[in-house]
Amino acid sequence: MTRHRVGGNGDPGDLRIRQLRARQMLRGELEPDDLEAYLQERVGLTTLEKAQNWARANAPWPLTFGLACCAIEMISVVGSPRMDAARFGAEVFRASPRQADMIILSGRISIKMAPVIRRIYDQMLEPKWVISMGACASSAGMFNNYALVAGADKFLPVDVYVPGCPPRPEALMYGIIKLQNKIKGQPDMGWRERYKAHGTEEVA
Amino acid sequence: MPDATGLELIAAGVRERLGDEAVAGTIYHRGQATLEVAPDAVHDALAYLRDDAEEPFEFLMSVHGCDYFPEEPRLGVHYQLLSMQRLDRLGVRTRVGAEDPQVPSVVDMFSGADFQEREVFDMFGVVFDGHPDHRRILMPEDYEGYPQRRDFPMGGEPVLFTFNENEMPRWYE
Repeated sequence: MTRHRVGGNGDPGDLRIRQLRARQMLRGELEPDDLEAYLQERVGLTTLEKAQNWARANAPWPLTFGLACCAIEMISVVGSPRMDAARFGAEVFRASPRQADMIILSGRISIKMAPVIRRIYDQMLEPKWVISMGACASSAGMFNNYALVAGADKFLPVDVYVPGCPPRPEALMYGIIKLQNKIKGQPDMGWRERYKAHGTEEVA
Repeated sequence: MPDATGLELIAAGVRERLGDEAVAGTIYHRGQATLEVAPDAVHDALAYLRDDAEEPFEFLMSVHGCDYFPEEPRLGVHYQLLSMQRLDRLGVRTRVGAEDPQVPSVVDMFSGADFQEREVFDMFGVVFDGHPDHRRILMPEDYEGYPQRRDFPMGGEPVLFTFNENEMPRWYE
């Protein structure tokens, strides 16, 4: 969204000019050309989609949901003033999947837990996003054995993978910002850049 | 832990009550006393130690399973007992074969053994006769096999890293 400022460069004298012009506009005394200029100055134009995505990207409420030790790092993203996810609108951890926009898979996913997570994910309302946090959720990590699902993307569409064991809170913060960019329609190509897989995105 | 002599005295008490064949042996290793009993005598031996022994071991701290592959009999079940009067601990262990492992349940005496016996069943496949709720506890209910046995495959799958991406299937092209 861009605003075009026509005339005036911010010193106090301009305020008076703008006030007078607003008064003229309300009285209907502006000529068509001036009216056009006035609109360009005062009204920001965008598409509904962009506005919607902008709103969504700035309030991705996560689900109150922790799986293992990564959950501690996730909590410190919300709870500590150093990280303070409220700066990005992601501080309101919702205890109900119906109210959450985003699920952070913070920890190892056992094959017994996977159907539960899938059910929780299905209960969330669209639009919804998934962050796979840490090595375990992304690939079973150090617990690559009979008990775990090797990668949450086997049963969920994952938007952002955060590497680390566990990732530092900064890393998760970075993942959340990447997700925000994705929601805003400016996805970071990430591995697609590396593997030359442009055009395989599922979300346009 | 009882010292080696104390362990022999306890073993003598169990033999006196349950007969010689009930006690398979005594192990005193690195200051830890363990009484090895026959599988079908586990319940009676623990009942004796809990109720009738002099200064009884009235608290069952934990139940463990163990796989002694390639030794035979392969599986072991360990009971850790605590006596608050002796201020002392005693291990009781029994060995069963992997083919048809059956051990009497002690849940009727020690209700804390409930989940732990289920876990031993889940991981090693030892069946506890008389357990009130004999199900798997950690693995999914339809899981096949007993994953902590030594002959169970590790599972998992190869992970794509930068160093092995040329050997892995090139899924991205």
